[in-house]
Amino acid sequence: MFDNFPLWPDRASSTAGNVDALYIFLLIVSGLMTLLIFIAVVYFAARYRRRRGVLAEQIEGSIPLELTWSIIPLGVFLVIFAWGAVVYFKSRTPPRDATEVYVVAKQWMWKLEHAEGQREINELHVPVGRDVKLIMTSQDVIHSFYVPAFRMKQDVLPGRYTVEWFRATKPGTYHLFCAEYCGTQHSGMIGSIVVMEPAQFEAWMSGGTTGPLSATGEKIFAELGCVTCHRADSQGRGPSLQGVFGKPVLLEDGRTVTADENYVRESILDPGAKIVNGFKPVMPTFQGLVSEEQLNALVAYVKSLSNSGSGGMKANAAAVAVPNAAPAKGSQVNQ
Amino acid sequence: MPMPNGPQGERENYLNKEYGVGSWLFTTDHKRIALLYLMSITFFFFIGGFFALLIRLELLTPVGDLVQADTYNKLFTMHGMVMVFFFLIPSIPAVLGNFLVPMMIGAKDLAFPRVNLLSWYLYIIGGALMLHCMLTGGVDTGWTFYTPFSTAFTNTKIVEAGLAIFVAGFSSILTGLNFVVTIHRMRAPGMTWSRLPLFIWAHYATSIIQILGTPVIAITIVLVAVERTLHLGIFDPKLGGDPLLFQHLFWFYSHPAVYIMILPSMGVVTEIFACFSRKRIFGYSFVAFSSIAIAVFGFLVWAHHMFVAGISVYAALVFSLLSYAVAVPSAVKVFNWTATLYKGSIRYDAPMLYAFGFLGLFTIGGLTGLFLAALGIDVHVTDTYFVVAHFHYIMVGGALMGYLGGLHFWWPKISGRLYPEGWARLAALIVFLGFNLTFFPQFILGYMGMPRRYYQYPPEFQVLNVLSTAGATVLGVGYLLPMIYFLWSMRYGKPAPDNPWNAAGLEWQTASPPTTFNFEEEPVVTWEAYNYDELDAPQTGGAI
Repeated sequence: MFDNFPLWPDRASSTAGNVDALYIFLLIVSGLMTLLIFIAVVYFAARYRRRRGVLAEQIEGSIPLELTWSIIPLGVFLVIFAWGAVVYFKSRTPPRDATEVYVVAKQWMWKLEHAEGQREINELHVPVGRDVKLIMTSQDVIHSFYVPAFRMKQDVLPGRYTVEWFRATKPGTYHLFCAEYCGTQHSGMIGSIVVMEPAQFEAWMSGGTTGPLSATGEKIFAELGCVTCHRADSQGRGPSLQGVFGKPVLLEDGRTVTADENYVRESILDPGAKIVNGFKPVMPTFQGLVSEEQLNALVAYVKSLSNSGSGGMKANAAAVAVPNAAPAKGSQVNQ
Repeated sequence: MPMPNGPQGERENYLNKEYGVGSWLFTTDHKRIALLYLMSITFFFFIGGFFALLIRLELLTPVGDLVQADTYNKLFTMHGMVMVFFFLIPSIPAVLGNFLVPMMIGAKDLAFPRVNLLSWYLYIIGGALMLHCMLTGGVDTGWTFYTPFSTAFTNTKIVEAGLAIFVAGFSSILTGLNFVVTIHRMRAPGMTWSRLPLFIWAHYATSIIQILGTPVIAITIVLVAVERTLHLGIFDPKLGGDPLLFQHLFWFYSHPAVYIMILPSMGVVTEIFACFSRKRIFGYSFVAFSSIAIAVFGFLVWAHHMFVAGISVYAALVFSLLSYAVAVPSAVKVFNWTATLYKGSIRYDAPMLYAFGFLGLFTIGGLTGLFLAALGIDVHVTDTYFVVAHFHYIMVGGALMGYLGGLHFWWPKISGRLYPEGWARLAALIVFLGFNLTFFPQFILGYMGMPRRYYQYPPEFQVLNVLSTAGATVLGVGYLLPMIYFLWSMRYGKPAPDNPWNAAGLEWQTASPPTTFNFEEEPVVTWEAYNYDELDAPQTGGAI
């Protein structure tokens, strides 16, 4: 019916239907509310228009009425709040075994890298029906990764990782927008999400690649000399990284943090920030020595040390989803 | 209670007491300062409106054709900064509040008349700095100044714009301070808190926000300037700062600032509903305390602007819940205004048409706020045109309709002249229709996914953008009309009687225009607010 004049974008992710259902509920609630007030105002305005000799009847107010129209709206608001919160939690908690894609935003382009090593610019190919988790950071200002058809948006910040996830449900090509104003070509920082049938996607994936991201990370790990201290056995000057990812880490000052993406990132760029219990703060910073893409590869490598398989991430999903999103930096601390 | 007065051209009043530029620039009369503000904010309103017009023209087509991308970014930035800091925030408090707060409580002037003049000068200095900033290149960060774009990337005039807003902010603080002290200390004998017009309650609540909130934006601006000039790491992660800290600080002021705009407007329409329904406001104390509740809760919801910014999901939960809490007192007000009409004796003069317009637009603005406060929906619609439409319904549909309604309602008192009623009703209608045509399509655009601050956009969004631009031109005509007939009425309008609406309230018991000290002798209040039963009672002379 609304083919030429749609009221919502394509519904192409597992989240989209949930968001639209709540939206339609809200349209009905607020439509009824508007109608109620509109009818009351029009009726009163017509019925009680000024007539000669007819005086207004003074009415002081009514506490039962005041309570009615405070408590009923409050009840309705709480329903909306709870429903909205449920939808939000679902859309913010990446499934544990999601495929990972690293996103680096910069003025004014999106750089994406699959865990398997495929790189893309302003375009992301994904298969239908698979959970995809985006691990995102920015090289410069704040951007926002927004796909209307997925009802999905997350700001992308410099200096830390933020995460979002989706499961595409319908093949097609969808808009990718930058939704946080980022300078001159903000409205040009757009791209597309190409959702493919799994078979097509496999064919696409078999195209040229430099190997999995974790393998690139392993190479960088060796080149930068990390391997001399972070040895596979526990004899090195730095803590061994085997099986660390996704696990709690006891720090020198007694705190315990979860080793998630942001923790690994910070430990590379600002090693003195969180010293592992029993080790000396001897590691130099790698700030300025590694690019965002190299950082992503290193994170993928550290992650791979905790996995048996290649794509499946152990506890990291939960670890990234929640504590990571805390407002201040040093968000890895679980208090 | 027809007042025994006709044309009164010869009576001495605040306008004809002294002439000459000096008598205005050095005045400490709250009514003259109100007029100084009226002229200055009208100037900025039309500058901001001009920017809006260019924005809408650019968006007529999906490609960027009228202006360059950088120019477009500056246009929406300057539109926001001018409209928020130099029109909406001062609008009702500094013009109508300045004029009416002392008169409504039976005082000769505000508590600190010279501070009041100082606040206008601060506004003018801030405004001049803003004009200078615009003429020398402007700013392209959006009125929100998000870091690290504003501190480390843009090469536009951030520090200059920040300074302008910093200075203008003190003007706002001083106005708020003056109102609070005046309302506490200067009420006429018998004018108890429960007899105050609700316009005063609304301004009291607004003043609290101005005093407590504005210093925070001032500090934030200083921090931005410090990071930008001295490269001290506060917000920029490259320098060890935190960009989200900026957003927390910015919205800690800028969300309550919305209530600085809307609360006084609620106060205005409350007076109008009472007068044109000839009734005491339904649930006086609930309307009064809902203003205070909005001011208090308004300080606890700022992070609902940041649900996708990277805050914790638990923080988002708390701020979503509190946002619904602030919606309750707003809903209470809407229901009480509606109930006030019940069994009234209603007339549809222009101020009442604006009040009806306010009610409709504020209701839509408020209800769409429920969408944005719902976490699941906000993820999709935040930073899209849905948000743009929502806050224009509140800040323009709500605040500006109230301001225009109030200007019409008190124009006879302010100018001593009547405005042409027919033209005024026509303008109210045009504004209402033009407004809806401009901003309603933007809700749909937003849900369709069009991000805000886009200079070019995918072609499927064009139809709705064309509708919106068409509406904006209608709206522009609606805003120009009052400007023209108000000016016309100052010379050609019929002289106004002291109380043309036969309205309750001390301000109507003085001459139109009032004398310099408002009242011949200090009034003594022995009646409740909105005593329309006494005013309309047959055969009794009236309240004085």
